[in-house]
Amino acid sequence: MYAAFWRILPGPWWVRLFIVLVLAAAVLYALFFFVFPWVAPYITPGEVVVE
Amino acid sequence: MVDKLYRMVGVTQKRRPRATFTSVLGELLLTAGVLVLLFVAWQMWIGDLIIGAQNNERGMEYSEQWAAAPPPEPPPLVENPDNPEAPPVFQPPILAHPEAGEVFATMLVPRFGADFQVPVAGGVTREITLDRVGIGVYDESRMPGEVGNFSVAGHRTTWGKPLNLIDKLRLNDAIVIETPEGWYTYRFRTLEYVTPTQVEVLADVPGMPAEQAQESVITLTACSPMYSLAERIIAYGVFEGFQPRAEGPPASLTEGAV
Repeated sequence: MYAAFWRILPGPWWVRLFIVLVLAAAVLYALFFFVFPWVAPYITPGEVVVE
Repeated sequence: MVDKLYRMVGVTQKRRPRATFTSVLGELLLTAGVLVLLFVAWQMWIGDLIIGAQNNERGMEYSEQWAAAPPPEPPPLVENPDNPEAPPVFQPPILAHPEAGEVFATMLVPRFGADFQVPVAGGVTREITLDRVGIGVYDESRMPGEVGNFSVAGHRTTWGKPLNLIDKLRLNDAIVIETPEGWYTYRFRTLEYVTPTQVEVLADVPGMPAEQAQESVITLTACSPMYSLAERIIAYGVFEGFQPRAEGPPASLTEGAV
C-alpha cells in the first residue's frame, strides 16, 4: 500500500521524500488540531464538577 | 541491455512484490497503531500545550479588548467591611450571571505562571464551556464580589489543563478575576478533597448549606486524583477587594507569585 503510494509519487527520491514529509505534517496538523479534539470527549473521561 | 548490465554487476533484477490482502491489512493495522500512539501523545502532552496556549492567548485578547475600551465609571467608595478604621474600598460591581459559553471574565493566578490567563464562561458542561473555553461558572454560583460563593470548575488534566497546578496553591496566593469593570482579587485559603456528589462545597458558606453567608468566597473544583473520576479537589479563597479598570491592575497581579 505504502510502497504503491511511493511509486506513484513523481520525481527523484528526494522530491518524493519532501512530498511525503509535507503530507505527513499536514496529516499531523489535522489530527492534532481537529480530529483528536473532536474524538477526545468520546474516549477519555475528565469530570471536574460536583453534582 | 539493462538486464545484461545487471548481470554484469551481479545483480538480478528484483521483481516488484505484489500487494496482497495481508500486506495491506498489516499496513492498515500498523497505521492504526501509530494513530493510537499519536492520540495518547496528544491527550497527555501535545494537546495540552496547544489548547493551553490557545486559552492563554484568547484570555489575553479579551483583556486587551477591555483595556482598549474607555474604562467604565469606577464604583463608589464604601467603608471597609473588615475594618471601619481602614481607608474606604471600592464597592465591587456585581455582574449579571453569564449565559452558557458566554465569556465574561478571565482568571489570572500568578502561581500558575505569569502568562496564565484563562477565559471564564457560564456553565460547567464540557461540550460548551470546559472543553472549549477553559473555566466554567456553576449555574448556582454567585458572581465575583457578591456575598456568597463564586464557584467555578476547570480541567486539571487534558484540554489545556487550566487548573493543573491547583494543588500547588499556597496560602494567600492571588486568584484574580478580570472583567471589563476591573479586577476582583481572591486570596487562596485551603484545599479539600471530596466525593463527586458533595455539592455543599458550592454553598454560599462552603460545606454549610443552611448558613447565611456574610462574606464573598471563591470555590474552584477539579478532578482528583489526576486522570481519575474518583474524587474532586476543591480550592477555597476569600474575597480581598475590587480594583476598577481606571485604577490599573491591582497589586495582587503586579507583585506576582511570592
